[in-house]
Amino acid sequence: MIDKIRSLDRRRVGALGGIGERWRALPKWQRRLAGVALIVFVYCLPWLGKLPGNLVVPGLNNLRTDSIDGGSNWAGVLFTCAVYVLVAVGLNVVIGLAGLLDLGYIGFFAIGAYSVGLFGSVNSPVVKWFQREFDLPQTWAVTWAICAMLALVLTLISGVLLGWPTLRLRGDYLAIVTLGFGEIIRIVARNSESLTNGPQGISAIPGPEGPPSTDNQLFGLVDVKPWYWLAITVVVVMVFAVRRLEHSRVGRAWLAVREDEDAAAVMGVYPFKFKLWAFAIGAALGGLAGMLFASRYAFIDPTQFNVNLSILFVAMVVVGGSGNMVGVSLGAVLLAYLPERFREIADYRWLAFGLAMVLVMILRPQGLIPSRRRTRELKDRAAEAEEAPAHV
Amino acid sequence: MSDETTTTAAPKIPAQPGPRRSLLEIDNVTLRFGGVVALDGISFEIHEGEILGLIGPNGAGKTTCFNVMTGVYKPTSGAVRFGGEQVTGRKPHQISRMGISRTFQNIRLFPEMSALENVIVGTDSRHKTSVPGALFRVPRKRPKPEELPEVTATSGLARTWQQLRRSFAGTFGLSRHVLEERAAEAKAMELLRFVGIADRANDAARNLPYGYQRRLEIARALGTEPKLICLDEPAAGFNPAEKEELLELIRKIRDMGVTVLLIEHDMRLVMGVTDRIVVLEFGRKIAEGAPAEVSRDPRVVAAYLGESTDAA
Repeated sequence: MIDKIRSLDRRRVGALGGIGERWRALPKWQRRLAGVALIVFVYCLPWLGKLPGNLVVPGLNNLRTDSIDGGSNWAGVLFTCAVYVLVAVGLNVVIGLAGLLDLGYIGFFAIGAYSVGLFGSVNSPVVKWFQREFDLPQTWAVTWAICAMLALVLTLISGVLLGWPTLRLRGDYLAIVTLGFGEIIRIVARNSESLTNGPQGISAIPGPEGPPSTDNQLFGLVDVKPWYWLAITVVVVMVFAVRRLEHSRVGRAWLAVREDEDAAAVMGVYPFKFKLWAFAIGAALGGLAGMLFASRYAFIDPTQFNVNLSILFVAMVVVGGSGNMVGVSLGAVLLAYLPERFREIADYRWLAFGLAMVLVMILRPQGLIPSRRRTRELKDRAAEAEEAPAHV
Repeated sequence: MSDETTTTAAPKIPAQPGPRRSLLEIDNVTLRFGGVVALDGISFEIHEGEILGLIGPNGAGKTTCFNVMTGVYKPTSGAVRFGGEQVTGRKPHQISRMGISRTFQNIRLFPEMSALENVIVGTDSRHKTSVPGALFRVPRKRPKPEELPEVTATSGLARTWQQLRRSFAGTFGLSRHVLEERAAEAKAMELLRFVGIADRANDAARNLPYGYQRRLEIARALGTEPKLICLDEPAAGFNPAEKEELLELIRKIRDMGVTVLLIEHDMRLVMGVTDRIVVLEFGRKIAEGAPAEVSRDPRVVAAYLGESTDAA
């Protein structure tokens, strides 16, 4: 039975692979144009099926999560999707490219969220301490833009700090240590009340326009579209940055280390250095995602960062296709969108995820859109091959 | 294996006469794994520009010796010096940058990467671009006229675009990343042609035929611009015709100015190509010298034919 499905699947992969082939065969400018079109489409998604002026497009409208009874705000779901895509892109650097199984990614997400909370909210013990020590007014807090940069820097540093001692471990051992790290961050956040308010959490976390208030024109709590656009902008910039890395000496070093660490070392790659970079970059992206999440909801508490979410993050990468940015993004969108659209299964979502994971592992171990190593396009392969062997 | 008959009347002249500078020195190296002595006080030198054969029966310590030289194992005592500098205690990637490269007995390519990319990983070791350089495309360098992007289109938007790119590169320079990528790709392609597998440059390494994979390992090792290349049984599994081609390749590598250390089981192959031979048995060096001398050494004959050594 399984064999039958697999062989069917193989044929389907063949067809999909054909699409990939045809895509790569297109001229560069056409691919770029298609990329720009996709980005424009993604920015317009909040109006999917429901154009401005309440014009409803019947078929497309059903895709929206607010088309069902008690459905969530469509832009809000899109925002969650965008944040998860950012997480998936970051985790893909760690798992997909460098081959390091990180089960504690939620830890970095939490550090990013707490950095904006602790420094940006007037309710946080850290800000209160600053106010007391330096005689600042009760309304003083660090500006959002600086908090965002702090989140990036702090998660980068925490990535290095976690990676430094643990990246000597390989495979399963690394997975266990990172799993522990994720839990440690959550438990520290819960127990150190004088630093993080403990289980009460931190409220009044600022957005780009400052602390949440009814005066905010753009980044308020009612209209989520600007939040979505902010998140998707971050995603686009980061995808571009990760692509640059992937297609450079760094990306090759990551792949080489993933494929055979010892052979890579003998070829002059310093595995530790590149693994640490992967960890730090992955952490920074996770931190950015956490920062956006905290800013949008203006409130965080430790229960939001439990280990389930770490597993969900890994599931996004594995289901989507580890190593392929399009794949992991699709995985992230599916895992964020489906439970919202199909509320009936939302109660069983962990069961459904487990089932989906098992099915994917059996039927498509490489993920929905597997990573196919780009092959360097040479101008004229045939001509190269025919040339007489040159003397170096 | 029983080639001693063919070399009975060999003259007692070293194959490569004249004084030679020593490139790699293995000085009294001992390596123990618990109670097992894998290498027992081994000393020998590799001279610049020679092909040195390292032979011995199974389990004699040949590959272990390689692993000590390339930093995979740390010797229990003794030292390895390369061009007068200490190798012992350095990490594998540092040793690689000093100029020692190797292939593996059981092929260890990067299977999912294309043949070309495998070699580029080797050439990358001489390059500097890291995360900041790849992200922000700095530092930039003023390109030489021949490095500027070419304008190939004859008319239309494409031509305008290419001219814009060219003038952009002329004004703002090209990043080190771009220059290095180009150099790496050209160098890697040249090496693939050198070992004769350029026709499959874009195929994933795991899809290459066995002989191609062996050659690809050599190309990848040459990519690191080594002074010394260590080949670990490169002819394993080859038929006589392929072995002959490999010998030719090894000579070509030597003529490029790269010193070669060759581990090999096949005595005929070693005799045909090496300038000197070192023989190991049970972790000890039992003979060293020109192929003709070594093959007449009774201890070597005994080691290979399994006879008793009371005559020696």
